[in-house]
Amino acid sequence: MSLKSSQMPNYQRRKVTDAIMRGLVLFATACAIVPLVLIVGYVVVVGGSALNWEFFTDVYQPPMTVTTMDMIGAAPTGDAPFDPNDPFANLDPEALIGAEAGDEKGANILEAPARGGVFHAIVGTLLVTSLAVLIAMPIGILAGVFLSEFPDNSVAIVVRFACDVLSGAPSIIVGVTAYILVVNATNPNTGQPYGFSGIAGAIALTFLMVPTITRTTEEVLKLVPEATREAALAMGATTWYSTFTVVIPTALSGIVTGVMLAFARGAGETAPLILTVLGSNVLVTGLLQPIAALPLVTYRYTESPFPSENTLAWGSAFVLMMLVLLVNILVRIATRNRLRTH
Amino acid sequence: MTITSLSTGATVEIRNLKPYYGKRLAVRSVNMTIAPNKITAIIGPSGCGKSTVLRCINRMHETILGARVEGQVLLNGENIYASDVDPMLVRRKIGMVFQQPIALRTRSIFENVAIGLRLAGINNKRVLEERVEASLRAAVLWDEVKDKLNQAGTALSGGQQQRLSIARTIAVEPEVILFDEPCSALDPISMLKIEELLLDLRKQYTIVIVTHNMQQAARISDNTAVFMVDTDDGAPTGVLVEYNPTAKIFAQPDDPRTEDYISGQVG
Amino acid sequence: MAGAKAQTTTNFRERLAQRTQHGDSIFWAVTLFFALAVIALVVAIGWVTWNDSALARERFGIGFFASSEWNPVETEVSPESFGAVPAIVGTLISSLIALILAAPIAVGIGIFLAELCPLSLRTPLSFMVELLAAIPSVIYGVWGVMVFAPFFTQHVAMPLSESMREIIPWLSSSQVAAGRGLLIAGIILAIMILPTIAAITRDVLTLVPNTQREVLLALGATKWEVIWLAVVPYARAGIVGGVMLGLGRALGETMAATMLVGNRPQVPGSLLEPATTAAALIASELINAQSLLHESALVLIALTLFVITLLLNLIARLLIWFVNRGPVGSVRA
Repeated sequence: MSLKSSQMPNYQRRKVTDAIMRGLVLFATACAIVPLVLIVGYVVVVGGSALNWEFFTDVYQPPMTVTTMDMIGAAPTGDAPFDPNDPFANLDPEALIGAEAGDEKGANILEAPARGGVFHAIVGTLLVTSLAVLIAMPIGILAGVFLSEFPDNSVAIVVRFACDVLSGAPSIIVGVTAYILVVNATNPNTGQPYGFSGIAGAIALTFLMVPTITRTTEEVLKLVPEATREAALAMGATTWYSTFTVVIPTALSGIVTGVMLAFARGAGETAPLILTVLGSNVLVTGLLQPIAALPLVTYRYTESPFPSENTLAWGSAFVLMMLVLLVNILVRIATRNRLRTH
Repeated sequence: MTITSLSTGATVEIRNLKPYYGKRLAVRSVNMTIAPNKITAIIGPSGCGKSTVLRCINRMHETILGARVEGQVLLNGENIYASDVDPMLVRRKIGMVFQQPIALRTRSIFENVAIGLRLAGINNKRVLEERVEASLRAAVLWDEVKDKLNQAGTALSGGQQQRLSIARTIAVEPEVILFDEPCSALDPISMLKIEELLLDLRKQYTIVIVTHNMQQAARISDNTAVFMVDTDDGAPTGVLVEYNPTAKIFAQPDDPRTEDYISGQVG
Repeated sequence: MAGAKAQTTTNFRERLAQRTQHGDSIFWAVTLFFALAVIALVVAIGWVTWNDSALARERFGIGFFASSEWNPVETEVSPESFGAVPAIVGTLISSLIALILAAPIAVGIGIFLAELCPLSLRTPLSFMVELLAAIPSVIYGVWGVMVFAPFFTQHVAMPLSESMREIIPWLSSSQVAAGRGLLIAGIILAIMILPTIAAITRDVLTLVPNTQREVLLALGATKWEVIWLAVVPYARAGIVGGVMLGLGRALGETMAATMLVGNRPQVPGSLLEPATTAAALIASELINAQSLLHESALVLIALTLFVITLLLNLIARLLIWFVNRGPVGSVRA
């Protein structure tokens, strides 16, 4: 028996199997990379080209308003002022009948360049997501502290399980819950339901952020060396004193990481917002009424028949994706530094 | 220092062997001839590269990311580092038993031993049963496990798992067996059982054992190689300081560093 | 001097200890309160969906899951009636398509990343996979609607429908031009869950102790034999867990489904015609519910979806935990 080739009856077959299977695994990876690269590529190229100064500073402008006058050839029917939430209110439907892309009537609508921007949605997303983070932070951080300081009791086990349930639950379920709890709840002063509002959206997002913050906090607090804890305790500090003055400051960057990840996750969630904040086409800064949000803009303008709105959808998708990627990359860099120093 | 032997078993010659981790030389050029049907012990303090040298003998060293080897290892005169040699076939002939007792998870005791045979394409149930029983008997484990061959290998004790590992290795009938500190994770009674087993296996195989237990080397080995750590040029590098019959190493070592190590002044 | 200093610090510590002697129990109570709040969130979901689905549960009972009638608007020919079958069928079929397409490929990626990938590519590629798993699902939906659906309808669905008309009716449809259906939704779901399954597979494979690989290598196994006979069996439970988490994500995914499935609450006759899934049905109808019964029926579907994903997640996490814990005999990092 030599070392160069073998009389083993299956030697050649094993070598071939090895090569084929390794090739297949490589092929699977290549297969998966194609659609994923296409998605990211389209969002970057098409979405990126939709960006301009107006995109970030202007609010929504319906693709119709410029052309309505031209088409009808006169002032809008009636004297009602233009309502940005319902751009079609004053439109004479007759003017559109028979309009098709390319001919004189339809040309202006279907080939209208993108106008306006998503400033209202950026403001809405920041407001709703920030409020959600503000609600979720105390719950998540203190629950995480509980898990790391009192790790072995039945409550801790149930809390960990609850976190798994919350992070695994479809986000639409959370939307349904917030819809029933807040949107549909009756306002005792008016006898009417509270209706869609930014607050309802923030409460829905809270459900999704809490598990991220809780588990990250627990993990980073566990990374604090036992010696640090013991040093504080040996100096006569009580558990809570050492936790707040020594343990939490040591792990602060890690906790911030968890909050950032939760923010990124919340900012991209769409389904719960459909049921809670509804969306809006105007700039709203109050959290007690329907408000715009980037993912809602992305969703609704994708379904729109107007190419100019589709362009806004691509742009919003680009902003959302960049937000999520940026936060994740920052977190990656931050955690890498922390691991290096310890 | 040539060690002659009457046996016709496999001889391993190590020629100018230089193992590297990335750019770092782990052990300075090693030359030694391992006699067939003898137990050769490799001893030395931690970090002297004794396990690294052992892993070079069946090309396991290069499976670590970034690791590579210069020099030659001749198995019965054939260089296992020649470019056209398949490392898979080298490992088939030069088996290895590791420091930790390892039972393959999700496999029964029977399958733990049979896996090497199945790799070789032996799937006949009768043949498998015969070879597994013979290997388990040779590893002195048969009587303890013959009634529970279908149970998980991981359920055995540490000492039993180590003998299971030995049975798995001898099932494929190698010519040389390398042991990498096989007893360091075991209790003294299991250790003695393994030592008896090694003395028995010597009749059929060439055995190389790395150990940090000098008494063990003295008890069972025929020849002993002593490695030391050398820090002369900054980075710690392993170096072979002496290779002689075990009796000589422990009675009148040639090298003063060996004497220091044996008498407990180093390491 | 040093003694006096020690004296004052001791006094300070004593005073501090006195001042805070009840601190620890307060600390415990406060953190416990917020820990219980996390549990309360889960209870809230269960309680709310249970309560608000009462009407539908009373009216339809278990028959809800056997009826395929979904008529929110009462007309002379069809009374108001709700059944979960269209949602169940749509959810199961689209998720199964996603799983069949994604699981083998994703496990392959996991194996590649953990076992075969050159060291220099391992970290960046793994990070890329994690990033892709974090991209919001609405973005997959945008791409699906604007890029993939037109392409797929034109070049795959239409020819397929044409050639299968006589042979396999469920791969053919007269509504194929709509570009919406379970097949296309399933494909987009597959792309979405790929990174999830791949990341978990990679994680559990890297947890396999190197000793298990070395045993097989030392017996003269090829690289693939090491992977297939030692590494994958060792991590089998964890890989199954990862696939189940992927399935859970596909079952509950709302945006990609809503945008691509067509939102037609009927059991479809073909994979190429508009249908619905549980999550898509809720997202598209809840805020426009025609009646309390309609709303209650939608909430009952939500409750069902919640219970199913909860069970899936529970089993999946147990399996992954089982791999993390490692075997009984050989414990070595």
